[in-house]
Amino acid sequence: MRYSGFKVLKEALTGHKGWRPAWRDPEPKAHYDIVIVGGGGHGLATAYYLAKVFSQSSVAVIEKGWIGGGNVGRNTTIIRSNYLLDGNEPFYEFSMKLWEGLEQDFNFNAMVSQRGVLNLSHTDSQRDAFRRRGNAMRLNGVDAELLDTEGVRRIAPFLNFDSARFPIKGGLLQPRGGTVRHDAVAWGYARGADSRGVDIIQNCEVTGFRIENGQCRGVETTRGFIGAGKVGVAVAGSSGQVMAKAGLRLPIESHVLQAFVSEGLKPLLPGVITYGAGHFYVSQSDKGGLVFGGDIDGYNSYAQRGNLPVVEDVCEGGMSLMPMIGRARLLRMWGGIMDMSMDGSPIIDHTDIGGLYFNGGWCYGGFKATPASGWCFAHLLATDRPHDTATAYRFDRFRKGLMIDEKGVGAQPNLH
Amino acid sequence: MSQSHRIEGGLIDRTRRLDFRFDGKSYQGHPGDTLASALMANGVRLMGRSFKYHRPRGPLTAGSEEPNALVELRSGARQEPNTRATVAELYDGLDARSQNRIGALSFDLLAVNDLMSPFLAAGFYYKTFMWPKAFWEKLYEPMIRRAAGLGSLSRETDPDLYDKGFLHCDLLVIGGGPAGLAAALTAGRAGADVILADEDFLIGGRLNAETLTLGDTSGAVWAKASAAELASLPNVRLMPRTTVIGAFDHGIHGALERNADHLPSPAAGKPRQTLWRIYAKRSLLCAGATERPIAFRNNDRPGILLGAALRSYANRWAAVPAQEVAIFTNNDDGHRTAADLLAKGVRVAAVIDSRSDAPKTGGYEVLAGAVVTDAAGRLGLKSVTVKLANGETKTIPCQLLAVSGGWNPNVHLTCHQRGRPVWDAALSSFVPGGVLSPGLSVAGAAQGHMSTAACLRSGAEAAVAALSDLGITAHSADLPEAEDAPYRITPLYHVPGKGRAWLDQQNDVTVKDVKLAHQEGYVSVEHLKRYTTLGMATDQGKTANLGGLAVMAEMTGKSIPETGTTIFRPPYTPVPIAAFAGRSSGKDFRPTRLTPSHHWAARQGAVFVEVGMWMRAQWFPRPGETQWRQSVDREVLATRNSVGICDVTTLGKIDVQGSEAAEFLNRIYANAFAKLPVGKVRYGLMLREDGMVMDDGTTARLAEDHFVMTTTTANAVGVYRHMEFCRQCLWPDLDVQIISTTEAWAQYSVAGPNARRLLQKIVDPAHDLSNEAFPYMGCAEITVCGGLRARLFRISFSGELAYEIAVPTRYGDALMQRLVEAGAEFDAVVYGTEALGVMRIEKGHAAGNELNGTTTALNLGMGGMVSKKKDSIGSTLSEREGLKRADALVLVGFRPVNPAESFTAGSHFIAREAEANAANDQGYMTSVCFSPSLGHIIGLGFLKNGAARKGEVLRAVNPVQDVETLVEVVSPHFIDPEGERVRA
Amino acid sequence: MLIPHPLLGPRDSQEFTYLGDARLIDRPDGLAEGALDLFHDYLYLRDNPAGLHQELWFHEQGDRSWLVVTRDTRTHEIVGAELASDVARARGRSK
Repeated sequence: MRYSGFKVLKEALTGHKGWRPAWRDPEPKAHYDIVIVGGGGHGLATAYYLAKVFSQSSVAVIEKGWIGGGNVGRNTTIIRSNYLLDGNEPFYEFSMKLWEGLEQDFNFNAMVSQRGVLNLSHTDSQRDAFRRRGNAMRLNGVDAELLDTEGVRRIAPFLNFDSARFPIKGGLLQPRGGTVRHDAVAWGYARGADSRGVDIIQNCEVTGFRIENGQCRGVETTRGFIGAGKVGVAVAGSSGQVMAKAGLRLPIESHVLQAFVSEGLKPLLPGVITYGAGHFYVSQSDKGGLVFGGDIDGYNSYAQRGNLPVVEDVCEGGMSLMPMIGRARLLRMWGGIMDMSMDGSPIIDHTDIGGLYFNGGWCYGGFKATPASGWCFAHLLATDRPHDTATAYRFDRFRKGLMIDEKGVGAQPNLH
Repeated sequence: MSQSHRIEGGLIDRTRRLDFRFDGKSYQGHPGDTLASALMANGVRLMGRSFKYHRPRGPLTAGSEEPNALVELRSGARQEPNTRATVAELYDGLDARSQNRIGALSFDLLAVNDLMSPFLAAGFYYKTFMWPKAFWEKLYEPMIRRAAGLGSLSRETDPDLYDKGFLHCDLLVIGGGPAGLAAALTAGRAGADVILADEDFLIGGRLNAETLTLGDTSGAVWAKASAAELASLPNVRLMPRTTVIGAFDHGIHGALERNADHLPSPAAGKPRQTLWRIYAKRSLLCAGATERPIAFRNNDRPGILLGAALRSYANRWAAVPAQEVAIFTNNDDGHRTAADLLAKGVRVAAVIDSRSDAPKTGGYEVLAGAVVTDAAGRLGLKSVTVKLANGETKTIPCQLLAVSGGWNPNVHLTCHQRGRPVWDAALSSFVPGGVLSPGLSVAGAAQGHMSTAACLRSGAEAAVAALSDLGITAHSADLPEAEDAPYRITPLYHVPGKGRAWLDQQNDVTVKDVKLAHQEGYVSVEHLKRYTTLGMATDQGKTANLGGLAVMAEMTGKSIPETGTTIFRPPYTPVPIAAFAGRSSGKDFRPTRLTPSHHWAARQGAVFVEVGMWMRAQWFPRPGETQWRQSVDREVLATRNSVGICDVTTLGKIDVQGSEAAEFLNRIYANAFAKLPVGKVRYGLMLREDGMVMDDGTTARLAEDHFVMTTTTANAVGVYRHMEFCRQCLWPDLDVQIISTTEAWAQYSVAGPNARRLLQKIVDPAHDLSNEAFPYMGCAEITVCGGLRARLFRISFSGELAYEIAVPTRYGDALMQRLVEAGAEFDAVVYGTEALGVMRIEKGHAAGNELNGTTTALNLGMGGMVSKKKDSIGSTLSEREGLKRADALVLVGFRPVNPAESFTAGSHFIAREAEANAANDQGYMTSVCFSPSLGHIIGLGFLKNGAARKGEVLRAVNPVQDVETLVEVVSPHFIDPEGERVRA
Repeated sequence: MLIPHPLLGPRDSQEFTYLGDARLIDRPDGLAEGALDLFHDYLYLRDNPAGLHQELWFHEQGDRSWLVVTRDTRTHEIVGAELASDVARARGRSK
């Protein structure tokens, strides 16, 4: 069934009787060519591209709960490709290009809204670093604009220019950055994958991997054994737990990141704004809520909730940057579990176990990567070769000293 | 017509009149009123518009769970959107406006959405607005954004103060209804430290809203007396107007006290609100229960409200905007409403009780087995249509309809640590269950106790149990006799039928929307919520969620608990962002650290710059200097030609002592330190364990067992932490002690050819500063100015003959003045961070822009410093192949081929003939300045295989600023590469 | 969160700075055979358990002790805290 304005019109006039489930609820088969573990954004995108781009006809996604229940449904919805390092920037730009055609591609309005991502600088050295990054983006063919204080003021006159502890000296703007309705991404990929024959199996938890002679033969689940030619794991947040079932230790820790939304407000903010002197970034959703966040709580956690110090820290950042939001009320706070990797960058790679592939370590940047992550993981699963934009995302980069450390904080996950 | 619908009684102060305005119209009320109750007393039922369809709405509730009656309160910079009229305390001069409308509240142009509703069903936007592609951002989205949102912010800075506070107690009682009061009395009388917090301004909960008697008095009077007793106990803190917003780890609760929201504005210097962090050894949730509605067609008409809410308006506020009231119920509560209204002289048109066995004891008509199927009156209820037990239809005229669908225990805080409520079939609702957070227990209606007597009892018993855990013996307070009626309910969540029946009134989610979600496979409760937006409004679906779940359960044929539970997230009710920030905003966002010479520098007119938390003098303009470069160039040249003074107190200083201090330093520095002689300073390169440079600085050996280390300003805290890690976790028995002395010593750099001569005027004569006695990289403990103890280090960041002199911080200001006086004869300058930066670039010293956490010793051209003979932090992993590539980036100098041209840090290097793209990227410029000594721009930067490329000409490209400059690769040591000056 | 400091009693976690897995105490010998691999595993790989986790907290705004705190990463419940130097000695570290 194709979604369109015409279809909505027709259904409205006929009592909405024609709508069908967005995806089926199939029983698991005994064997698939490829089983994706994890029905989040990345897993569903992987399945979608496996079916659509790599013509795989025997693919299943298995999910322990309901699809889209992890970080794809808990993030602050930002998309951008404003990275510095060679290992990252082409990948995130590939992702951005996929976002730009996504809705037409999978026929689901995910509200891709390219209203700009503005990172603020507050010191000369921050400005120099932004110039370096902006230039790296431009050398990669990506849009980037370096703004001075006046340039920032033109975009966001409501920021604190007069009495700031850390004055705004400028900013790096990526006009094509923006936001996407996060749940819709999971649903759009699920619906697109399902319509191409992918079995999406919810409430099916992996309890183990069947490994024979160093080769993964499938997964043990709460709904029985499911055989697989290849198994791809995309369960960021739980990566350590799932891969431990295959006996693997990862360069990853699980941490909680809180996010916040305010009550609905009439239009206030032009796009995404990121404070450079505190932990605060914000955008406004189509419904009017200010969606904002800051730093991770900083301790290992699987609890999907955080504590007050970070809530206060984030709001302090918000108030010092844009004091007009003081009387807006914070409506809801929640937490997601991040795969914090050892250099702040992800992993899309095969493991030492034959037929077992891994996608994770997204830190708190996984949402924007969803399309490219799916495509590149599908590429790896289908061809056994990394996609051109994901060649750096290897496990062995730590052994070889080829870290992709955008922040330069080293092997301490809670600082990335 | 003033207060036309005010009836007798109530807990309002009729001796005082308060004037207020709503949508520009003037009204009167009394102290004790909320905005909603005062409007009701004036016959106003229409107070808002819904989110999506802009349906006219009145209050559904009388409390903080209100979905409909949201207003913009106050004006100007204090304008406050989305304020619930049901909890806004009335004050004289209150000004509020309805919101989310175009045109008058009674004629909102956006109500056209309501006519379009068939096209705007749940999730419609996921299926359309995709073509043409460009229209989403240009047309559809702006349109949606304008229509969405609720109230608006003023866009001005909030003028009010917000405070934070910290409280500790044995027992935190959350909620001051019968259970909470019984608990607090029990614990308070036992001498425990008790905090009782209630969101209302009047302690008592439902006791203030019911006509029940407690013992020989009314509930309200008993509540008042109990609150008075608690207030008199020194070990009890009574906190009305305080909402416990969240339960966090280890008994820490967040609570918002509204100090001044009941006033026109806070008193001068007083906070509007206070965010408390309450550290409770035990906490007791007595948050009561929230009544839920029954959905039926047009059940959102203004004038349709919850039964208990109507009792609140009638009993507590004496406000009933109707001549005739109808009641729709599925439990005995509806009959309580009827009895109360009758007693107040309000005409009860009928009680429509969906139960066929409805009690028929009161003096009013009971329609047993009947349901309300429709309601008429777009801007205010006029009548309801009732389907009788016999299938006939009857229209009942009424202006208010009180709906009682049963009670949902307020389990919210038990969910904040992801506890899962469990289903209670007798209540037809969820109650707290599973594993509660340690230290938290629940009593009263929140635990599912539905009679007053049971609430009192459970509150007292829970308090006894909680205190017993703490070893405090308490005895249940004497409890008054109270009603103990059984709770009888036959669940009914919605009345089937045509048309739209509203579940989530604020977000306009109907029964049909839930059915559509089911039809499309959004069956999981989380999918349901996200697809339909059920429960996502400002009330977090307090009155809506269970209804939605019930409809989904019907569709799937499962039970409600099988369908899912609804859990709630903090905060319990929305909290202003400013309250979470407290005083940490504006200039007070973070602490400000000042150097010892700060005030002196300020008097000299210095321009300051933020360096981390520090403020540092950036340059010292002199009269006639109109542009910063003039000042900086002068400071550099004066220093290089004679002498300059700079406050370098911000550098981290760490004292390292112990018989094995040298060994310790030898392990944390990559280069050798074990054999540093006493009286000498050495440059130290500190690596992280991953082989990247963590920091650099100098360490002086003052004695065999005493070293003084300096770190960069930026890394002072991190380096100290790292050293403590090494000392305590890696080598716990090494005899070494360390302490940060950054704040203990004021330190000044004195640099330039006349530095020695200047210092000789300050340093006491006993100390020989001659080059022979005190050579480059020497250090000593000395005295200055006639006996003041000081430390002197002959080290140089500028490349000149230079010293750093340190005195105890309290003498820092005086020493600066003394240095300046002594320097007058040499025309000494005081220089700021800009000149400091220029001189270090001229000398080729790496600093923050180079030590960016991704650079190795090799990158800095110091690969040879990493000793292979010892196991120091980072030495092993710096050997990895990827860090030792032949084309690794190396720090080199750059100058423009045409000296008149300029370039900037952050430019990338591209070969002359190559295309400017990422594949051809050769490195990047890190630091750039104008060198007054050389008369042109110079730069430092990382270049692939840079050491071997001196003399090569490259392009420094800066596409974000559309600039490109030809540069020549040179040595990073622009000034005195042989280092003769520092040794002079 | 409240950290039960073995010397100072319960202290707010905001006084502390978190590092991570207490296995960082077990630093390999840099001069040993195969040190590169040992250091790779030491610095980069984690058990990352969902359950009890021994972890390093630094009392930065307090007495500057490094603590080994045993905390459940699913519930944040803390079952113990010791001085890291004691733990290090117990694991055989000395000088």
